[in-house]
Amino acid sequence: MTPLQILFIVVAAATLGAALMVVSVRNLVHAALWLVVALMGIAIFYVLLNAGFLAVAQVVIYIGAIAILMIFTIMLTRRVASESKPQVNPNWGWALAIAVLLFAGLAWILSSWSGFNTQTTALAARADPLRDLGLALVAPDAYVLPFELASVLLLAALIGAIVVAWEKKI
Amino acid sequence: MIPLSWYLIFAAALFCIGLFGVLARKNAIAILMAVELMLNAININLVAFWYYRTAADGIAGQVFAVIVFAVAAAEVAVGLALFISIYRRRNTIAADEIDLLKW
Repeated sequence: MTPLQILFIVVAAATLGAALMVVSVRNLVHAALWLVVALMGIAIFYVLLNAGFLAVAQVVIYIGAIAILMIFTIMLTRRVASESKPQVNPNWGWALAIAVLLFAGLAWILSSWSGFNTQTTALAARADPLRDLGLALVAPDAYVLPFELASVLLLAALIGAIVVAWEKKI
Repeated sequence: MIPLSWYLIFAAALFCIGLFGVLARKNAIAILMAVELMLNAININLVAFWYYRTAADGIAGQVFAVIVFAVAAAEVAVGLALFISIYRRRNTIAADEIDLLKW
């Protein structure tokens, strides 16, 4: 066991535990705070995978914007989300069975794939993924079109969110 | 070195936890949080496959993950606006009580 592997196991256990708390805890504000913990663990995985930009974007976008937005919405709709009522469907047992079955199926399919135990990385020839990512996102022969489409999508979502949440006097 | 299989199993477990949350939770915001977990599991998979399989050929895996980030941000913004709007009109955000379209 190398130190890197121990780090992976610790972070994976913390992330999965936090994710379990997100889907099981009664108080929604606590669930959102556990979501922050899980997202932070995933940011650490991005660092382990040599994707520094994604790690920073994870912290800024997911933790800084999305999680905070969710906490705001939970607080705005707090009165109906009382913790005394059950927070899960009556037939949550089926959901649990489907999730466990899907995990077993995924694990089985993945373990029968020949590349499952790939140890070596293909990164040797590539020294600076961050620079490559920045160039690829604006190069005309690479990904500039999806990049611009993503900006249009974000603008549409921005306007749509404002229109939907606008308080009309009916 | 960490083998690719560890990342894949971790992402599969995270995805299934998110799936359980989507299917079992009542509150719409809790469902949205579980969807975020699922999207993050997908992103881990994309970046892990890029790092172990195709990192020498280009940066496609990371670009894919960046686009998923943008779509997730748009989804959360519109989703939360919808929930606030529904809350204002119907005074509930429990997913099983939002049944205006059911007949």
